[in-house]
Amino acid sequence: MKTIYTRPKSLKPAPFHYCPGCGHSIVHRLICELIDEMDLRGRTICIPPAGCAVLAYNYFDIDTCESAHGRGCAIATGFKRARPDKLIFTYQGDGDMAAIGTAETLHAANRGERITSIFINNAVYGMTGGQMAPTTMLGQKTSTSPYGRRTEIEGYPLKITDLIATLPGAAYVTRTSLATPAKIRETKKAIKKSFEVQMAGLGYSLVEILSPCPTNWKVTPRESFTYLEEIMEKEYPIGVMKDKTSKKG
Amino acid sequence: MKGTDAIAEAAIRAGCKCYFGYPITPQNEIPEYMSRRMDEVGGVFLQGESEIASINMVLGAAATGMRAMTSSSSPGISLKQEGLSFLAALELPAVIVNINRGGPGLGNIAPSQGDYYQATRGGGHGDYRMPVYAPDSAQELYDITMHSFDVADMYRSPVMILGDGMMGQIVEPIIMNDRPEVELPPKDYILDGAEGRPSRIIKSLILDAAEMEEHNWKLKRKYDLMTQRLPQCEEYLTDDAKLIIIAYGTAARIAKGAVNRARTEGLKVGLIRPITLWPFPSDAIRNAAKRTKVFVTFEMSTGQMVDDVRLALEGRAQCEFYGRPGGVVPLPQEVARIIERFWLQKEL
Repeated sequence: MKTIYTRPKSLKPAPFHYCPGCGHSIVHRLICELIDEMDLRGRTICIPPAGCAVLAYNYFDIDTCESAHGRGCAIATGFKRARPDKLIFTYQGDGDMAAIGTAETLHAANRGERITSIFINNAVYGMTGGQMAPTTMLGQKTSTSPYGRRTEIEGYPLKITDLIATLPGAAYVTRTSLATPAKIRETKKAIKKSFEVQMAGLGYSLVEILSPCPTNWKVTPRESFTYLEEIMEKEYPIGVMKDKTSKKG
Repeated sequence: MKGTDAIAEAAIRAGCKCYFGYPITPQNEIPEYMSRRMDEVGGVFLQGESEIASINMVLGAAATGMRAMTSSSSPGISLKQEGLSFLAALELPAVIVNINRGGPGLGNIAPSQGDYYQATRGGGHGDYRMPVYAPDSAQELYDITMHSFDVADMYRSPVMILGDGMMGQIVEPIIMNDRPEVELPPKDYILDGAEGRPSRIIKSLILDAAEMEEHNWKLKRKYDLMTQRLPQCEEYLTDDAKLIIIAYGTAARIAKGAVNRARTEGLKVGLIRPITLWPFPSDAIRNAAKRTKVFVTFEMSTGQMVDDVRLALEGRAQCEFYGRPGGVVPLPQEVARIIERFWLQKEL
């Protein structure tokens, strides 16, 4: 008998605490599959965020170091500068990455730090109960934008990934989605490439992953995937924004 | 050697391999020195985008087991408090230099001791303590910086060196002592990739209140150990003193001059100079109170350490205060006059 599907070795046999339909579990699994396939367990350190994924260390069977909210890229910089031979990645949400940690993120990218950020964008603050995020879309209702996000009050969704793609220090910048199995496979390829770019010493790599949060979107898990594809992907088009490994640049 | 250079060179010779910082006056000579020297010794110098980023870079480097440090001045140290709380919670060693300037707010860049509370009471959130050293000469800046890295590793704790612009700019001959041989616990917590071992987690999130309480008590036991072992002070002419000045850092140098003047006038005056501000050398002060009944705390602030002096004395002796906040550095003559005033007032 041939095993075609099993738990990755780097994923601890612990039940996820994430809500049904949450994208974190999918991305956790993709990362752990890659750590196994690329044989990275012995050299990888993950910096989880403050947010729902703060408990990532309960699932990743690799070295992990907690971070204060938004400081992931600064801590990762400290790790990488001290140990350039290690693979260092941050795992961050939209508030972590694009609000409180904007400075740490942009400057790490601009320095061309040889680190990787896996950026989960679900357009809300998940752990704290669905408040408005920097990536909340115009008109989107959240617990702190009950009338929908309005430009005159809350301004515009911040497309930090597009910003980072313009920085010379960024080597690989892409946006993917978890809306369909095919897109999940594309996401895995993108994460793999982001690790390869780091190991090749090319600079900062970033994978933004559009991810469902049915609990705070107040939809069913099934509806959340439709929402992801039909609404979020319109505001945040998926695709590669920067790739120093490609001849086209 | 200049005070700031003494700090930086001592750190390098203590094996500090990573320096992260953000410019702020009056401590810029430290990052400038480090930017030159780290290259020569194969270490890391990186100017962060902020004090917050810099302290978090220190945290990351410390988690790999490298000796790491940062330096800043008052407003910048305020920004580092988040990181200090995390370093304490995660039990990661690091050395933080605060070249205290006048405050609050932007204040000025003159020598001040206004950050005593912030330094000794934690500054960041949560139930933690942090050793704080207050050197008073270029030699001591050198020796204490070197020692601080050992204390940080010994107790897996951030350690602060508290100086001011006067200490930073002071130029004095120093002996560059070698790093003392100290037996330190193995760094079995570091993250370097889980090659051939179980994965490790460095975290402070403990959601269960009972578990968190136990973590708090575990930290407290460590702080109790520090309180037993670390207190340090200099006693100067205290044996026969009827009045003792208590002062640290720059204020202690001024006070020493004042004590010498008072002695020439025949006043039996001494000085206790706390070298550790936390843990505070309470025992030495309490012992001195067996013989001496009048204490005068002199600080370049409106009065912060004086609280610790009063706690140490527990009413065993009178405790008066004289302060010059805002970056004013009084002359020894002025402090000598204050001593004389208290001497007459107390009918000593």
